[in-house]
Amino acid sequence: MAVTGGADDFRSRRRDNTRPKRHVTPSRVFANKLRGCVRPDRDSEWSSLLRAANAGDSLSYQRFLRELAPVLRAFVRRLLARTNSAGAEAEDIVQDILLAIHLKRQTWIETAPVTPWVFTIARHKTIDALRRRGRHVDVPIDDFTEMLTADTEEPNLASLYIDRQLGTLPEVQRKVVQAIAVAGDSIAEAAEKLMMTRGAVRVALHRGLAALAARTSRGGGAA
Amino acid sequence: MKTDDLIRSLAQDSAPRMSLAQALLYGFLPGVAVSLVFYSLAIGLRPHLFTLLPDWRILFKIAFPVAVFACAGPLALQLARPRGDPRPLVLILIALLIVLAGAVLIELAVVPPDLWRVRLIGHNALVCMVLIPLMSAAPLVGTLIALHRGAPDNPGLAGAVAGLFAGAFGASLYATHCPDDSPLFVATWYTLAVLVVMAVGALAGSRWLRW
Repeated sequence: MAVTGGADDFRSRRRDNTRPKRHVTPSRVFANKLRGCVRPDRDSEWSSLLRAANAGDSLSYQRFLRELAPVLRAFVRRLLARTNSAGAEAEDIVQDILLAIHLKRQTWIETAPVTPWVFTIARHKTIDALRRRGRHVDVPIDDFTEMLTADTEEPNLASLYIDRQLGTLPEVQRKVVQAIAVAGDSIAEAAEKLMMTRGAVRVALHRGLAALAARTSRGGGAA
Repeated sequence: MKTDDLIRSLAQDSAPRMSLAQALLYGFLPGVAVSLVFYSLAIGLRPHLFTLLPDWRILFKIAFPVAVFACAGPLALQLARPRGDPRPLVLILIALLIVLAGAVLIELAVVPPDLWRVRLIGHNALVCMVLIPLMSAAPLVGTLIALHRGAPDNPGLAGAVAGLFAGAFGASLYATHCPDDSPLFVATWYTLAVLVVMAVGALAGSRWLRW
């Protein structure tokens, strides 16, 4: 039986490893049906992570986003398949959604369920991306968001889209985002490397991320 | 960029953020201050307002926009949230519209028909149409700035409700100055003035509140 407990495991393990899915799979249909029920605790778990994150706990936040990413990936792929846009870059949209969740995280009310909130943002961003590709999209998804899970182990996928947008940012913001995202520096390391104060790095990082998100919603397009 | 790298940089940007309601407060209050300064310098309280107050028409004229204002603020917040639930507040707004219609009907019943026209036109409908949008402008800007932090599913609608919020504030303020008390006047000109503010809000929202 796969390990189910231990919140500490989540950083190193993908969600799938923590679910006993493969032990209850008499048939594929049955497994699909079960998906929504396998982790009824997902919402409360995500809620407590995001609550801690909103209070400034960046480790919980990172864990929250890491758990979210594969679920969002499955969501986007399914939506793309449904609208016959399977060729579109799913990972661009996933990153776009993550950015939006990040910048809009204060719109979640801490007492409300977090999953519907996440999927509303995901749907908005996916439809937005498809519209920019000139598709008419009308996707009722309320009925199937709850059934989504991350159903495949994924490699760490990349998208070129944000790299392209990075080039259009003001120099300081670009350098800070690159140092932290690409080179993997902490705020302190980036501050030292770029000879800035930590506060200035924080501000530049936040503005840089906000600018990246704004580039897409202004119609720059993930296309 | 790898998604995991993006996530790591997002997590580094984890300073606590202001809640949407707080943002609305901080955005709206400076706008209110601007309008109040304008009000006290250029318009001022209606003479003898407090001795006139027991009259139901004056009470209604002031209380009604205040009620709309109190309803539109939370409604704007709900519309700026993914999965917000605006329905209860929309129902309250509809109830308020019914109350307004009721006040008009009572006025029509109480006042003889040859006075209807006079009451409707009032003394200064044009002033009302100008001053309400004018005193709503700064609060509208503040409200839109606050809602820009939100994530409205329908930015135009959220902008329109921001306009309703700011417009109802402007109307409440103007009501303490306005010499026309008939519900006929209020239902016509106040409503038109607020609709103007809502239209501006919808237009601004559909551009500025996209995310």
